[in-house]
Amino acid sequence: MTSGGGLRAPAPPQSFSQMFTHCADPSQLEGLSWLLCYLTTGKQFLFYGSFLIVIALLVVTAPVALLFGFGGALAARSPILPLRLFGKGYTSMVRGVPDIIFFLFVPVAMDQGLEYLRHLWKCPPSDAPVWANNEFNVCAAAKIPLSTSPQIWHEAYGFALAVVAFAVVFGAFAANVLYGAMNAVPRAQLETAEAYGMSPAQVRRRILIPQMWTYALPGLANLWMILIKATPLLFLLGIEDIVYWARELGATKSGIYAFPHPDWRVWYFLVLLGFYLGMTRVSEILLGRLTARLSRGQATMAGEAMRKAGA
Amino acid sequence: MTQSCLEIISDYGLRSIGIGERLLPRSDFTLCHEFTLIGSGLIWNLYFGLVAMALGFFLATALALAKTSPRAALRKPAEWFIFVFRGSPLFIQFFLAYELLVLLPRTGITLFDLTIETAWTTKAWAGALFVLFLNTSAYSAEIFYGALCAVPKGDLEAADAYGFTGWKKFRKVVWPTTLRLAWPAYTNEAIFLVHATTLVFFSGFPAYQQSGDALYYAKYFADKTYNPFIPYPIAAFYFVLVTLALIWLFGMVNRRLNRHLPGAQRPKLKVRPQIIR
Repeated sequence: MTSGGGLRAPAPPQSFSQMFTHCADPSQLEGLSWLLCYLTTGKQFLFYGSFLIVIALLVVTAPVALLFGFGGALAARSPILPLRLFGKGYTSMVRGVPDIIFFLFVPVAMDQGLEYLRHLWKCPPSDAPVWANNEFNVCAAAKIPLSTSPQIWHEAYGFALAVVAFAVVFGAFAANVLYGAMNAVPRAQLETAEAYGMSPAQVRRRILIPQMWTYALPGLANLWMILIKATPLLFLLGIEDIVYWARELGATKSGIYAFPHPDWRVWYFLVLLGFYLGMTRVSEILLGRLTARLSRGQATMAGEAMRKAGA
Repeated sequence: MTQSCLEIISDYGLRSIGIGERLLPRSDFTLCHEFTLIGSGLIWNLYFGLVAMALGFFLATALALAKTSPRAALRKPAEWFIFVFRGSPLFIQFFLAYELLVLLPRTGITLFDLTIETAWTTKAWAGALFVLFLNTSAYSAEIFYGALCAVPKGDLEAADAYGFTGWKKFRKVVWPTTLRLAWPAYTNEAIFLVHATTLVFFSGFPAYQQSGDALYYAKYFADKTYNPFIPYPIAAFYFVLVTLALIWLFGMVNRRLNRHLPGAQRPKLKVRPQIIR
């Protein structure tokens, strides 16, 4: 994993993949047509594409984190002591510690852990310790991905580590929410199920889990909003996300570039701000509808208010 | 050349605020080095957290009152302020604020023969503090707003019966009850504000002369030693201590706020997991 940065040589104008033929010589353009050509350069399209990376991260992470959270919550309720301790430890892990520490820690730890396992398996046995002299040494065959593999694999690996980091941290949040929701299911419901002779596993599968979602939804909705707002941390993991491109493209471009412009980073970051505010607003509206849908007919305050409003 | 741990502490204990040894250690890192420097960086986290919290409290109260106002001219700006700062990532807010502050003229703004210096605003101690102040104001305002809406009707009627109006009613009845109701949520806000201060030196604001916060030094060690398993847990350990101290401190205030209530009715502080902003 290498983080982005460093100087990049400016690409000559002809390498820009331009949509419009009249953009061929940007120095002749002015005003709106200059801006249009500027906004359709290849680099700009990489910037637009990075919004998809953010959305992909959200789409991939949300279910994985929910799965982690589910496992954590079930483990915290388990009658087996080591499993219960693990579950409780996992759920309380994020309480006192800033999550950004986990975002910095988990990918590096995962990366080194995997490479160490491959080191044991693939490398010729040697006496040289893996962690020594401020270095982490594994043989070339144990590198993930191999240094010979194409760039796309390096990027995919970095993205996968980021997804794992997000899933671990948000899984712990989700475990907290789901643990609380499982405890909120009325005890009488579970006792009734036991009275019908169901086994603990059956009670869990048929009664507990179907009923807990109403209680979990407010917490999970909150988590989703937080997950949206956590995505710019991808930048810290060295992924070429929207923050990376906003900094890269917004920075002052001198005359040697095809489209010289002063420091425009403020405008780029304003676009990002607008993007996040839009995402938040849309999520608020959709989650509001979902909550209303799930409250229908429920014996809760919201459900009661709905019934009265309808009558 | 080995130093004793006390020497290291005297050299680096205040390194994060520019006192002591100028150069950071480059090799032969010991546990003492890591504990000392990361602990030294914690000064910044506490500075950002406590000052932003103290200033933000007042703006938050004003915003919450504005949001309950029947006048749209007051309500709308407060609602927008809260939406913008709660609806976008703090990380982006830091970047945007830094780029805006950089755009201020370097020579200062001249106003009626008076030159206002602007260079200091791009420094983390001022610029990042300003962003954190606005951010925590928005989050706290939402908490206070919720509490204001939840002040029992009976309390207000009692205030009316005593002939309290205006400022006196607010000062004697509405505000204390609001604080009591808001305090548990406000405690969480304090905890995760301190956690959010770790973002400062990763988001545009440069660390001058390598004077950074706890996470800045933790990352320094992790990058130098290629070993994340020691510095990050040390930073985590410090933050757990800070969290416990905050819970204790806010718990004392909570007890004072609720001292007139019988024991069983006193709301206990229930600490919820903190969240990123």
